[in-house]
Amino acid sequence: MNITKLTLSELSQKFQDGELTSREITEAFIKNIEDRDKDINAFVTTTFDLAREMADAADSRYQNDTLKSPLDGMPIDLKDVISTKEVRTTASSKILNDYQPPFDATVWKKLKNAGAVLLGKTNTDEFTMGASTENSVFGVTKNPYDLTKVAGGSSGGPAASVGANFSAGSIGTDTGGSIRQPASFCGATGLKVSYGRVSRLGTIPMASSLDTIGPIAKTAEDCAMILQIIAGKDEKDSTTSPLEPVNYKTFLEKKISGLKIGVPKEYIIDGIDSEVLQTFNASKAILEDLGAKIIEISLPHTKYAVPTYYIVAPSEISANMSRFDGIRFGTKKGEKDLEEIYTETREEGFGDEVKRRILIGAYSLSAGYYDAFYRKAQKVRTLIKQDFEKAFEDVDAILTPVSPTPAFDIGQNTEDPLKMYLEDIFTIPASLAGICGLSTPIGKSKGNLPIGIQLLGPAFKEELILQIAHQMQKSIQK
Amino acid sequence: MITQDEVRHIAKLTKLKLTEEEVVKFTKQLGSVLDFFGQLQEVNTDDVEETSQVTGLQNITRPDVITVDGNEEALLNCTPHKIENHSIKIPKVI
Repeated sequence: MNITKLTLSELSQKFQDGELTSREITEAFIKNIEDRDKDINAFVTTTFDLAREMADAADSRYQNDTLKSPLDGMPIDLKDVISTKEVRTTASSKILNDYQPPFDATVWKKLKNAGAVLLGKTNTDEFTMGASTENSVFGVTKNPYDLTKVAGGSSGGPAASVGANFSAGSIGTDTGGSIRQPASFCGATGLKVSYGRVSRLGTIPMASSLDTIGPIAKTAEDCAMILQIIAGKDEKDSTTSPLEPVNYKTFLEKKISGLKIGVPKEYIIDGIDSEVLQTFNASKAILEDLGAKIIEISLPHTKYAVPTYYIVAPSEISANMSRFDGIRFGTKKGEKDLEEIYTETREEGFGDEVKRRILIGAYSLSAGYYDAFYRKAQKVRTLIKQDFEKAFEDVDAILTPVSPTPAFDIGQNTEDPLKMYLEDIFTIPASLAGICGLSTPIGKSKGNLPIGIQLLGPAFKEELILQIAHQMQKSIQK
Repeated sequence: MITQDEVRHIAKLTKLKLTEEEVVKFTKQLGSVLDFFGQLQEVNTDDVEETSQVTGLQNITRPDVITVDGNEEALLNCTPHKIENHSIKIPKVI
């Protein structure tokens, strides 16, 4: 039995049945990371000693019949923007190179309380700004299916970790597609929750009105298991919803016959890769086989989503990044006076993409351009949100491609920021609307690269898209 | 089209000390991104409200009770500067 190839749900079952110990499971993942991560570079920091300690504690709980949750004893990794007390948390930025948070993010606190075992912190584009993990100060994360291709981004580390069988599950963040696109590139299932479903406290922010935190794992069932632990209101994050999370697992086995699945015509654009299109059409056929109805719909403002996002997000970024001033935490450069400390710390500590977004944001918010850029984008955001609200009057969920191409070559888009921004063209609209979405693997390209599809659901209907994805995954497996 | 002087000006406002090389590079790259934003002007937004958040939640409050986490020392120890009298010591401001 190759332990690392099992799903989280299978591992959990075997652990709870006494077939495998948490220590055995954990050692299997550690060995795989030690053997292969020098080629893939998914991990920024490994915490193997801590992992062994946590695994042994889980094994004691098994012996004493005091297991805490289905996730107890399961080895996971966290994207390196999730604060972990006394474990280095860098956001893959030079400015936080030695930063050890004095507290745990709520999402990690909940996972830890559920008994999860931490294998380490995984790579991201600097402060999650990017679509390829090439903007990491620790170097690019390579695609486990082809080392010349990117793993996607910004959650390239977590997605590659799951794709390479380095962990049983992972936590990523998704602001404009940063879970869905890398999960699709690495053959994993990635869930972007509705805005407000999971607490953001202690997760280093990028764009506060868009940031979400969610699971990446092998299957929709695994994602449901992780979501159950991390979802819910947090007194310390006032944007979390008071709506109680449902029991996600109980929805998975329900049939999807009769469900209406919308296919927006605006997502079939020129320049979309032919194999991505084939996969998309194949997924429509799978859904029809399962008894769902495919209905063509229109989301008329789709083409304006990317420019809207790249005004709204950088505007929020320019505000969020002001906290990195070389005073309270992080690295520091300059001695003479405060001005020198601020400017030299930031010049030295931030990479190009962070600087670009700070500049774009500050420009969009500046007195002369506020109406033409920021205010205009906030209004178009409303129209994009309304497109989805209207669509969900007629359909239960929406099916689209995840990204116009499968994983692209390392270095292919790095010189042209605009080209990289267009990578997120299919994932950004849902982020602006605050609804939930996921990507699930469907097929592979001729070059053996995984290709997924995206399912979008109304806000706080995670159970519905997980159910659809689970049914599709079961039908593909048959 | 954004000019090099405008880039220098925003960099100053956002406390970014850019090299001349960066000014040239970012002016070009930002120019094409800002051009791309221009297409939003096609959209009629006359009677459209702005969306600044999507939660629909308003006035979230909690009881005004002081809680102490007890990690002030740990928070203070995150600074790269000297600590004196339970404070971070920085260069003179005025």
